[in-house]
Amino acid sequence: MTGPGHLRSAVDIAAAVRKGEISAAEVLERHLARVGAGESGVHAFNLVLTDEARRQAAAIDAAVAAGKDPGPLAGVPIALKDNLCTRGIPTTCSSRILEGWKPPYDATVVERLAAAGAVAIGKTNLDEFAMGSSTENSAFGPTRNPHDLERVPGGSSGGSAAAVAAGFAPVALGSDTGGSVRQPAALCGVVGVKPTYGLVSRYGLIAFASSLDQIGPFARTVEDAAAVLDAISGPDRRDSTSLREPPPLASERLKTGVDGLRIGVVSELAGAEGISPDVVARTREAAEALSAAGAKVEEVSVPAAMYGLSAYYLIAPAEASSNLARYDGVRYGLRVEGGPGADVTEMYLRTRSAGFGAEVKRRIMLGTYALSAGYYDAYYGKAQQVRTLIIRDFETAYRDFDILLGPTAPGTAFPLGAKTSDPLAMYLNDVCTIPSNLAGHPAMSVPFGTGDDGLPIGVQVLAPALGETTMFQVAAALEGAAPPLAEPGITEEAVR
Amino acid sequence: MTAPISKQDVAHVARLARLSLTDEELDQFTGQLGAVLDHARDVEALDTAGVPPTAHPLPIRNVYREDELEPALDRDEVLAQAPSVEDHKFRVPRILGEAP
Repeated sequence: MTGPGHLRSAVDIAAAVRKGEISAAEVLERHLARVGAGESGVHAFNLVLTDEARRQAAAIDAAVAAGKDPGPLAGVPIALKDNLCTRGIPTTCSSRILEGWKPPYDATVVERLAAAGAVAIGKTNLDEFAMGSSTENSAFGPTRNPHDLERVPGGSSGGSAAAVAAGFAPVALGSDTGGSVRQPAALCGVVGVKPTYGLVSRYGLIAFASSLDQIGPFARTVEDAAAVLDAISGPDRRDSTSLREPPPLASERLKTGVDGLRIGVVSELAGAEGISPDVVARTREAAEALSAAGAKVEEVSVPAAMYGLSAYYLIAPAEASSNLARYDGVRYGLRVEGGPGADVTEMYLRTRSAGFGAEVKRRIMLGTYALSAGYYDAYYGKAQQVRTLIIRDFETAYRDFDILLGPTAPGTAFPLGAKTSDPLAMYLNDVCTIPSNLAGHPAMSVPFGTGDDGLPIGVQVLAPALGETTMFQVAAALEGAAPPLAEPGITEEAVR
Repeated sequence: MTAPISKQDVAHVARLARLSLTDEELDQFTGQLGAVLDHARDVEALDTAGVPPTAHPLPIRNVYREDELEPALDRDEVLAQAPSVEDHKFRVPRILGEAP
């Protein structure tokens, strides 16, 4: 066991804890020390679970001492996006409307991680209700990118991405509705995965757009991401959209190589307007690396992918307007009463207007409009048809290719505040990631070099539904070929 | 072509969504929603005649279980999270009629 304690991989930590070579308590303390040193600059967390985590770690160590196996993620600290329910522990979605709320149950993924021996170290900051691409839409202030504190970490799972990049935890969970795991992973230089829709239970994930939301892991290595995904995937009777079949194993073929695989570089994504030349160059280099490793690499057109953004920004707000109707000040969270004699409608208006931030209001209104009489067919109905076209185009591409390749984000991390006044400019950050959400397919971002500004760039690996095993196989090969990424500067300072 | 969204539309939609907006917010949201809806027009050119809509990536089925008693959330634990409770129930302002 070498290197700073906070930079060891999850797989390495779990192996050492299971063998009794290091205690879960010691692993946790090393990471809490990292949080203590760097968190004030990064603001990755809404809440650090010091006491709860120490109890969990002590229980793991007691199990090891008693000769029991605490599981495949024994003693691995994990950061949880603050839209995942944790029983008795505040879960805010970074919104004033849920501040102070303590869920009466755990999300399925939280239960499964605990069963696998992982130790929840904190709840991470996000764009309010997972709506955004920069983690600036949090009611509790923005998270900053550990590689450059003047820049955004991406969003909406920016707190989880930053926590992993900064060495606060080896792994984290986020949720991905239009790219909210992959895009911040790319901007923070870590691995981020959106699994096949239905592979991971959404029970206890606070809903944004139910037909698109999917929970996925962040990690510093492809192997760690696979280990976490394997721990949380699989059927759950409490989620009616959970897939019934046994899940594909993400960690099965990490060392197999890519010899003979057919890989298509999506021409629309690699050459789209607004995608920076650095990002296009790194994507091309990644394709060449896979070709050199024995894969058959060709360009492929997925024409409808370019219409994904428009369809998404009608469908996701429509679902959000329905899902967020539950925040009415009656059963949980904030309530703002009307004056004397005010009726219940007045209370709803005051509560929701005070509790939601501008981006959430914008999307609720966009969705309400797209679903309203007279506009439904022109907007929502049309968007649902475009969704079908995207799925058909992907099906055509996957007849000839096992895996598709493209950029994850159009550029590197941008300065805080650069896009906050222009929602459309912010939305364009998700142009490369959205098609997989609309189709329900898996996709992941793997760090591959940097831009001219020295900041990380991610390459996206896309697979057909339930193609996780092959997707991780290709991701592992890409990781092996990628130029090494410098540790965030903040890490060097804080270690001393 | 659909008409651009007006201030009256935004005010109406906000009311439907139970949001009250200041005049300043109304102006800002009208401009921003207009820009997003304008961008969404690129799909209008697509020929979608006869294309079935996809509402969900999976074929959704009902999920059944045996009609047996199972543990539910604890009532007091749930009510403890509510802003106002009376007699084991959620308390809300008057909904119908005049106050007594």
